[in-house]
Amino acid sequence: MSWINSRRVAIGVALVLLATLPVWIGNPYYINVSSQILLFAVFALALNVLVGYGGLVSLGHAGLFAMAGYTGALMLDAGHGHFVAILAALVVTLATSAVFGVLALRSTGIGFLMITLALGQIVWGIAYRWAGLTNGDNGVNVTTRPAPLGISLASADYFYYATLVVFLIAVATMAVFVRSPFGAALRGTRDQARRMNALGYNVWLIRFLAFLFSGFWSGVAGLLFIYYNQFISPQVSALTTSAEALLMVISGGTATLLGPIIGSALVVIMKNVVSAYIERWNLVLGVIFVLIISFMPEGLVPGSVRLWRTGWQALWSRLSAPAARKTGEQGP
Amino acid sequence: MSMKRRTVLKGLAASTAVLAMPAVLRAQAAPFKIGLLTVKTGPLAQGGIQMEQGIATFLKQKNNTLSGRKIEFISADTGGNPAGAKTKAQELVERDKVNVILGPLAAFELLAITDYVRDNATPLISLAAAEDVTQRKANPFIIRPSATSAQCCHVMGDYAAKDLKFKRAITISEDFAFGYEQMSGFLRVFEDNGGKVVKKLWPPLVTPDYTPYIAQISKVDCVFNGFAGSNPVKFMRAYADLGVKAKIPLLAGWTAMDDALLKSLGDEAIGVYSAAWYSADGQTASNKRFVADMQKDYNVLPGGYSAGMYIAGQCVEAAIQKLGGKADDRKALADALHQVTLTDTPRGAIKFDKYGNVIGDVFIRKCEKKDGKLVNTVIKKYPNVSQFWTYDEKAFLAQPVYGRDAPPAKNLEQ
Repeated sequence: MSWINSRRVAIGVALVLLATLPVWIGNPYYINVSSQILLFAVFALALNVLVGYGGLVSLGHAGLFAMAGYTGALMLDAGHGHFVAILAALVVTLATSAVFGVLALRSTGIGFLMITLALGQIVWGIAYRWAGLTNGDNGVNVTTRPAPLGISLASADYFYYATLVVFLIAVATMAVFVRSPFGAALRGTRDQARRMNALGYNVWLIRFLAFLFSGFWSGVAGLLFIYYNQFISPQVSALTTSAEALLMVISGGTATLLGPIIGSALVVIMKNVVSAYIERWNLVLGVIFVLIISFMPEGLVPGSVRLWRTGWQALWSRLSAPAARKTGEQGP
Repeated sequence: MSMKRRTVLKGLAASTAVLAMPAVLRAQAAPFKIGLLTVKTGPLAQGGIQMEQGIATFLKQKNNTLSGRKIEFISADTGGNPAGAKTKAQELVERDKVNVILGPLAAFELLAITDYVRDNATPLISLAAAEDVTQRKANPFIIRPSATSAQCCHVMGDYAAKDLKFKRAITISEDFAFGYEQMSGFLRVFEDNGGKVVKKLWPPLVTPDYTPYIAQISKVDCVFNGFAGSNPVKFMRAYADLGVKAKIPLLAGWTAMDDALLKSLGDEAIGVYSAAWYSADGQTASNKRFVADMQKDYNVLPGGYSAGMYIAGQCVEAAIQKLGGKADDRKALADALHQVTLTDTPRGAIKFDKYGNVIGDVFIRKCEKKDGKLVNTVIKKYPNVSQFWTYDEKAFLAQPVYGRDAPPAKNLEQ
């Protein structure tokens, strides 16, 4: 039974817990919070492709997220069906990602960050000031959720399951992506861009494709968001959304699959649940981030693994080799 | 907010205790839950905190008991944005299972949750103005004892044209729904009475400097402004500093000259006319109690934000009184709220039209300095103003909702 290892068991347990979540969590409010965690996890995973694997820190992803949301919401508002709206939203988001990519990938590092920041703010500006198209600050209402295969997603339970399916597809795609030669090439451009270039890789193209991939999943998350909230307004495209997504990725752990998911859970729970008890939840969130950066600069997931391993190793060495340790102590 | 945590824990303890009781007793013992959607962080926080003070003052006066029902009060901070309003509305409805929601503050927040409260059958008493929630998209679960955006502005349009005899006006307000609806209401009544709006200016919500906008103001009899939050303070200061105020009188909507703002204003506010549905110097018995308690507990002169929530509390009380033990039925409560008529509220007597919007007095006030303090002195009262002003309801509703260019301004000049 060699296929049983602790990792697979953990994944299995997690899947069972996620699949049965509405049953054991009960209250629709917490089911909705779970849906939010999953949809923001998709967004954080998308951003992680660039931040973690590409080494490209983007502060403009809210623009892509909102682009999908607005396109979907406006198409629905104009009377189109869900299928057309979703398709249009994804196409428009991909096109926007391509434009963003072409402009932003002229640079890396701080330059890339500033260009994406500016691009994101342009989307925000359009959403906010082009009131004739976007309805400005009043936002756009999405009156219905879709009903795939005849199952209405109006209830918290069904919407959760729909989000879970999308989330699992996203995670699976990310896992395949990371393990693929393309994922390895992307990591290569992050660590040794010039060497990759010398080896004959088209560094720009690899980054551009990664940008499109990231943009696509940001768009999917944006669509989940408007179907969840049934509403979109310019705040969604604001810098805060980009920054929150980046915090999710960094706090959870960049360049890991689990990190952005944990980060998303952390931010969403702080924002929605903890804020009900503590008015200054922003402060608490800030303190948590400072603690994470101080004690686990690599993020919660890799940091916990490290602490676990060092703790385990310390325990192991203490148990298995007391004699050796003693001699060590008697040394010079 | 440790107090909040305690109330929640109490609520938990109470609900476990309740489960052990027979069903008959339950309706009596379970507290009636009031949830408040307010804003305590971000640029709109000032108004949001005043909202909470208003309802807190009311509940304190009533010793947390309305018509014999114990009240449990839960406050939620939306952060002043639509997505936050939605999440917090879900929290109040699904987790706390509140009987009624008070708030939210801003029109875009209300627009984001109006469908949600209808689908989840939770009555809501709004402070926010978004017109269509009590007009073309009237929601059977929402009443609004404050006013629609244009309700006071219709009055100001009338007063400016007929009493002040102004002929030409420029409007200026934030570039969002509340601004559009206010300015369009003013424009319609002003032009129907012979006036002309020759220019409309729309600075964004966050405008660091109003000088470029004020520089475009000239050759008119008056300027009507509909700023909200803390923007009126900035705007009025610039308006006076640039010397325009000495030449062109300034008119204001209710948020732009709210009584709670007076403490932040100086001489630049003297002489400004405003149309408001609440005035702190109102002479009703409840208003005197309200103002006295607000000054004692918070050391503030209350404005519309606080008064709106105080009146919302009075509406809840009246509805519980009417329904007795049936107040837990959300639909019955929503219907009872629509039927509420009150004679003694801080703003005077109120009732609701069939769309759930208030019919009540609107005051024209002029800002003056008395004993070294600014006050908005009521100079005219328009009794029983409806959201449709004097227009025919059907004809009013047949037109599109007030917007940036609806109704179209025919007299614009470059």
